[in-house]
Amino acid sequence: MSLLDYLRRKRKPTANVAKERLQIILAREHASRHEPDYLPVLKRELLEVVGKYVNIDPAAIKVNLERDGDCEILELNIALPETEEEAIAQ
Amino acid sequence: MARVIVVTSGKGGVGKTTSSASFATGLAKRGNKTVVIDFDVGLRNLDLIMGCERRVVYDFVNVLNNEANLKQALIKDKHCDNLFVLPASQTRDKDAFTLEGVGRVLDELKEEFDYIICDSPAGIEKGAIMALYYADEALIITNPEVSSVRDSDRILGILAAKSKRAEEGSDPIKEHLIITRYVPKRVEMGQMLSVEDVQELLSIPLLGVIPESETVLSASNSGVPVIHDEMSLSGQAYSDVVDRFMGEELPLRFLEAEKKGLLKRLFGT
Repeated sequence: MSLLDYLRRKRKPTANVAKERLQIILAREHASRHEPDYLPVLKRELLEVVGKYVNIDPAAIKVNLERDGDCEILELNIALPETEEEAIAQ
Repeated sequence: MARVIVVTSGKGGVGKTTSSASFATGLAKRGNKTVVIDFDVGLRNLDLIMGCERRVVYDFVNVLNNEANLKQALIKDKHCDNLFVLPASQTRDKDAFTLEGVGRVLDELKEEFDYIICDSPAGIEKGAIMALYYADEALIITNPEVSSVRDSDRILGILAAKSKRAEEGSDPIKEHLIITRYVPKRVEMGQMLSVEDVQELLSIPLLGVIPESETVLSASNSGVPVIHDEMSLSGQAYSDVVDRFMGEELPLRFLEAEKKGLLKRLFGT
């Protein structure tokens, strides 16, 4: 970087980035505020049970609770390994 | 009727103790009998900021354990007749904190005082929960910075779920936002979240904005709450905060960067 570049250098405004990131993360955290306390434990236990039979990656299980009016939907999503070799390898 | 006010933030180092000290001093200066309690068991610091560290004999935990009574533990402030400090203990005996014990001490203080200020420790552990549990009102101290805003939001969630008022389903805790360490110049350059940004993100009523100032460090160096320093912009901003809290309508100050003339630039202020 030449001296001229250094002198011309302007710090990029980043406050708008901060605000956008916060808006997204706060919205997500507000949604999970109403999740029942047992959800993380449920997730762990499900993982243990499934893990007994199939080798799965802990990151491959997703538990989602969605609320639609009076209706609550508990969504379970487990990605199984594609091939048997892969399952053994894990 | 005495009011219990928690000063909280989630994140550490944003100015809880500085704000507690100045807010309590401001209330006392205006004739209210005020006590400020340090809930940070193991990491006592309010005594230093209030300048009474050498007069601590008994502390909050001694009172909770019935090893001393309140009269013995309360330290009278050097500057204000109406102001008392209840220091935290230096031992890490967090088990001394029970909801019943804290409730009993607060009830006793309520008979004597108009305002009880609870200076919360950082985090969301036991000490922080104890500090907010009995609160009627809360001062949320936030820096215009991502982690502080997020933690404040988290604390708002806890106030709404875990406080006594939440558990009983009575009127919710009255929340007030105080933005500290504000640097108008950096906001103007788009490098710092603005007052409007923070307020929009947290959506609670704004009580005041405290500009970043060297006088805050000088104040804690000398153990005199910055609100006593009438020349300090931060001190004036805290004064405004107290006046607004007491119901006065004051416009926000110190939100714009100071335009320094050449002489001021050369010689400083």
